[in-house]
Amino acid sequence: MKKKIFTLFVTLMVVALIITSCAPAAPTAAPVVEQQPTKAPEPTKAPEPTAATVEEPAPQPVETVELRMTWYTDGNEDVAIRELLDKFEAANPDIKVVLDNVAYSTILENLPIQLEAGQGPDMARVTQLGDLSPYYLDLTPYLSDPGYWEENFGPFLNWMRPPGDTEGIYGMMTQLTVTGPYINRTLFDQAGIAVPSDSSDSVTWEEWADVTRQVAEATGTDFAMTMDRTGHRLAGPAISQGAKFFDADGFPVIDDEGFRKMAQLMIDWHKDGTMPMDVWAGATGYLPAADFFINGQTVLYMSGSWQIGQFNEKIGDAFDWEVIPNPCGPAACTGMPGGAGLVGIKTTKYPEQVARVLDFLAQEENIAQFSAKTLFIPGHLGLSVKGVEYETDLEQAKQALNMFVSQVGKLDQIAYDMQAYTYNTIVLNAIRDRLTQVFVGELTLDEAIVRMQQEIDDGLAAEGVVR
Amino acid sequence: MNNINKPNLIKIIKDGLTASANWILNIFVNTMDWIMDPIQRKIGVKRMAYIFLLPNLLIFGIFVLFPMLLNFYYAFTGGTKLFPQDRPFVGFENFRILLECENYFNPNTCTEDLFWRAVYNTLKFVVFQVGGMIILSLITALILNRKIVARGFFRSVFFYPVLLSPVVVALIWKWILQRDGLFNAVIMQFGGERINFLLDANWATFWVIFISIWANMGFFTLILLAGLQSIPPDLYEAGSMDGTNDWQSFWHITMPLLMPTMFVVLVLSLIRAVQVFDQIYVLTGGGPGSATLYMVQYIYNKGFSDQIHIFGLAAAASVLMAVVLMIFTLIQLYLTRKSDAV
Repeated sequence: MKKKIFTLFVTLMVVALIITSCAPAAPTAAPVVEQQPTKAPEPTKAPEPTAATVEEPAPQPVETVELRMTWYTDGNEDVAIRELLDKFEAANPDIKVVLDNVAYSTILENLPIQLEAGQGPDMARVTQLGDLSPYYLDLTPYLSDPGYWEENFGPFLNWMRPPGDTEGIYGMMTQLTVTGPYINRTLFDQAGIAVPSDSSDSVTWEEWADVTRQVAEATGTDFAMTMDRTGHRLAGPAISQGAKFFDADGFPVIDDEGFRKMAQLMIDWHKDGTMPMDVWAGATGYLPAADFFINGQTVLYMSGSWQIGQFNEKIGDAFDWEVIPNPCGPAACTGMPGGAGLVGIKTTKYPEQVARVLDFLAQEENIAQFSAKTLFIPGHLGLSVKGVEYETDLEQAKQALNMFVSQVGKLDQIAYDMQAYTYNTIVLNAIRDRLTQVFVGELTLDEAIVRMQQEIDDGLAAEGVVR
Repeated sequence: MNNINKPNLIKIIKDGLTASANWILNIFVNTMDWIMDPIQRKIGVKRMAYIFLLPNLLIFGIFVLFPMLLNFYYAFTGGTKLFPQDRPFVGFENFRILLECENYFNPNTCTEDLFWRAVYNTLKFVVFQVGGMIILSLITALILNRKIVARGFFRSVFFYPVLLSPVVVALIWKWILQRDGLFNAVIMQFGGERINFLLDANWATFWVIFISIWANMGFFTLILLAGLQSIPPDLYEAGSMDGTNDWQSFWHITMPLLMPTMFVVLVLSLIRAVQVFDQIYVLTGGGPGSATLYMVQYIYNKGFSDQIHIFGLAAAASVLMAVVLMIFTLIQLYLTRKSDAV
């Protein structure tokens, strides 16, 4: 008996361990059980009252495919896209789209690992369009009218194509973005200082720094200027100062007079308190500085068009905010183009269904609805011509949208080249992280530039790109 | 029917349940016996132990041993691909990149400067955090070992931070230390200038060490308290009869007898300090610049957070860190065995 009890005890432990190790499988079994009650109504078939009813074929249950869409939200995009997806699901009962709303940092840091491991979602909203292009699903064979996509998303389709591909269609732009500065006009009014761009089309970065410092001083505002912690935001001003970013062979090169000039301005502005250390030195990775602007702690905020929706909601008319033309340097007065794309992921089990969802969302009326609610500039050429009836009565938001749209044609060619460059995040992140080390005194600008170039070269080499 | 009163009914139900349970148990035991008996007959009673160890060994192998070996292999491969079969073998290249320096005391002269910054930051952290924590834990344990009022309450209070998640600890302190945080509000209330506690390299290093001590001290205090309570009171009585004062008792009775416990605390806290990550990642993100970038965050950044995932370099750095941790662990094992032998 003792032996039996011992055997039982040990066996129980073995079984418990096996069950424990298999635990994660349990939840997936649940939905199967949940589906079973649908069989219950069967007994009601018994009466069979009329012949007509008997002849009628029993409605076949629709087999629903569940698709997962990884999505991030700056303002109200999650609500706007859900409305469209509900509309899609109503018309397509065989497809259900689960919206996984995640932090933007998840898109930057976790999604690439998921994709590399082959564990990605079916669709994802991404901003590193070129970087992740090897993981995208080519929608072309599944689209009802690829010509419509070429016609309306033409120039942006290239941003999503893997190197060497000139024909594939991988996704749609959820919005086109343009970087540029916002100002708090109320602070200028309180300080009794004129806004320089009211009287001149080409105000330099140095002039803006001077005047915003005066405003900040006069009004007791914490900071004159802030900029999101990203190389993408810095790239526009650097190009304005003359940064070329690419050599004659199209290989990214950092060290030139224009870049040094802008980098030095950033160093000086952080040193003298024009810009807060909190944003660039107080974080790792991407960090938006929108809260400084929303809370009235900065006079000028260098960000981009995607903030309009957020400002419309969070600032409203609490103070007068507006977008100013991109400040100038000796070479240009440019910001950076950009945008977010909704792409299909090639590891999906349901490529046809993914294409149907994207095809629906890419239709002009749907992009118009999405843009109107989110206050985004549409990345759809047809709609750009027709215009969007934005759902806002706020004058500030309308002014901001108009200003950003007017900037699209003024962006420098280098800015477009940088945005279209597949590995642009390697370049921009190296700039961001190494420049931060200069701000806190760990490196000199010379040392930082050497490190930036080394990181770019190493990063590209790891991707198999050599000079 | 009337004969069945309440106690009888309960007895009947109880007997029925016991019989049912025995019946189920018997079936189960017989079934298991049916499975195990032939195995035992075939491999012998002594080897049955391995059969029982097998499930746990499998779990350990899949989730610990295999990833460790895989990490070791990755340390000798290059590229950005995730799966081992797609990664080219590069020999010791990753170790060369990590260890190549013109002057080891100046990270700027090293090929992988951030690795050396992380190494020096970790060393600094280990020295001050472990040193500070052992001293403070010892003082606290000595006080809590005395018969003071509300001793139980204070023991709980000092242990409480240990129960908090490191992320919660980091967020609480971030709210206290940030630009518009509690400390700055108090400073400004008294007319002082705002201090960038987390944006100045020296301040950030200080607070990272302080918070780490605050969060972990309770655990080590508890170990030292247990060590103090294991010292026989007769020794102090004998000492006092010989005319020793408190200081002499501490140096000549408490410290020598507490030394084995102190060594365990030292090694455990050293290992914990080298592994520090989550709390500081949330609090400072490794900044300002790389002032609070420690080894584990360097590995995490290289492998997962940076835009290009250089798994080989991350794996090589973690192999180097594992060597350091292994040395600490061996010391701990040696000391534990030595103290057990005593």
